[in-house]
Amino acid sequence: MAYITVSDLSLGYDAHSILEGLNFTVKAGDYLCIVGENGSGKTTLMKTLLHLQEPLGGQILIGDGLKTNEIGYLPQQTLVQKDFPASVREIVLSGCQGRCGFRPFYSKEEKQLAEENMSRMGISHLANRCYRELSGGQQQRVLLARALCATRKVLLLDEPVSGLDPRVTIEMYELIKDLNKDGITIIMISHDIAAAVRYASHILHISTKIFFGTKDEYLKSDIGKFFLMQQEGGDGIVR
Amino acid sequence: MALFDKLVLYLQYPFVRYALIVGVLIALCSSLLGVTLVLKRFSFIGDGLSHVAFGAMAIAAVLNLTNDMVLILPITVISAVLLLRTGQNAKIKGDAAIAMISVGALAFGYLVMNVFSTSSNLSGDVCSTLFGSTSILTLSPGEVALCAILSVIVIIIFILFYNKIFAVTFDENFAKATGTKANAYNLLIAIIIAVIIVLAMNLVGSLLISALLIFPALSAMRLFKSFKSVTIFSALLSVLCALSGIIISILAGTPVGSTIVAVDVVAFAICHGAGIIRGGMSK
Repeated sequence: MAYITVSDLSLGYDAHSILEGLNFTVKAGDYLCIVGENGSGKTTLMKTLLHLQEPLGGQILIGDGLKTNEIGYLPQQTLVQKDFPASVREIVLSGCQGRCGFRPFYSKEEKQLAEENMSRMGISHLANRCYRELSGGQQQRVLLARALCATRKVLLLDEPVSGLDPRVTIEMYELIKDLNKDGITIIMISHDIAAAVRYASHILHISTKIFFGTKDEYLKSDIGKFFLMQQEGGDGIVR
Repeated sequence: MALFDKLVLYLQYPFVRYALIVGVLIALCSSLLGVTLVLKRFSFIGDGLSHVAFGAMAIAAVLNLTNDMVLILPITVISAVLLLRTGQNAKIKGDAAIAMISVGALAFGYLVMNVFSTSSNLSGDVCSTLFGSTSILTLSPGEVALCAILSVIVIIIFILFYNKIFAVTFDENFAKATGTKANAYNLLIAIIIAVIIVLAMNLVGSLLISALLIFPALSAMRLFKSFKSVTIFSALLSVLCALSGIIISILAGTPVGSTIVAVDVVAFAICHGAGIIRGGMSK
């Protein structure tokens, strides 16, 4: 049984479908990269996986002991957050909110968990700093630490490196790789096919055709070869 | 010390003490949710709702209701719920919906008052509803008690739901995805705001309510960097401004509502300046 099984899923807005016949599975420990052009429905797929939006058709089955709200989420930055007065600790702690239910305040264990995740992301020294004054890479680490407070199993990352400079981008990818090694299942939306092929175990390519399979299958497939040729600029595609 | 003696003399009157108590409580409540309103880009909701409350008050006046709260409170709460609903996924965008409702309610309120009013001093009535004028100095003990109870409820709810309000304000999608009932809390925020606005109509009148909601939060955001410190400072500042505003207005004989708002504006200017100076030093 897989964590997430998607069968014959259709996505779209107001009965206007933008994506049909989507099938894929995510098992514990996978690192799935979802690639495709802008407007192909990647973000809609992510919202549907998070139950922020209803699918038009098809099914998303959650299994293997995963609960629907055990999926951690790293969203793209919103405008509101750019000038939000909040300390790093407050934001990381808010990741524990889903566990609270109706309990009004955070427990000792939850505060402890927030501290652990901050040190795991290497941002403990920033705990009392204001979020809006941090660099882009530091802000992403804060949001990752928050997502880790919400889950120990699955992380969904929406364009985690957009707007970061090349050095920080590599750091970010390495950080995500380490999390995956520690047993956290990763689902990542990305533009960067070269990086997807380097780090991911599985690829879902959404385009006029849909491809889903392991990285090696992708490299051998026509669609994979075609898009990798287009991205020649990327360094060392296969390792 | 003549001024001080005058103040002591005034404080012996119960209506002055009532005004101070109610003023402080309302200022405290309104500042608490101001931070959330500003950050969620809902600053104008306060304005829109206060106009709705004005319209409701006009209807209540025409119907000759002795206790107009019975009508004003539910109408304002329903409007608040509708406004926040449309903010999320509507064909008419949030800010346009607010503008429509607010101007519409204002126009209908004045129209109703004008057509059906039995009062001889119509423009005086309208002016005092819009700008508060002296209604805070004519509160009965019953009204003070009601105001105090509602304020205490608002404060308790805010403290109990503080962490949830933070989570929903900072990142609604994340909160929803990880199992927080964000829509329910948005509803709660809307209802609390409506209650605060109806309360605050007594203090500053319906036109100046936004100022009471927004200014302390904006001032605090110039100076402080965590959500908790911003919330606490804006509550303190709001109470301070309301107190000094009421006292100034009593001593100088100026209208209560506009004096409080004027003090809020001055406080904002000071905080803004202090923020710039501090920012300059840390660079």
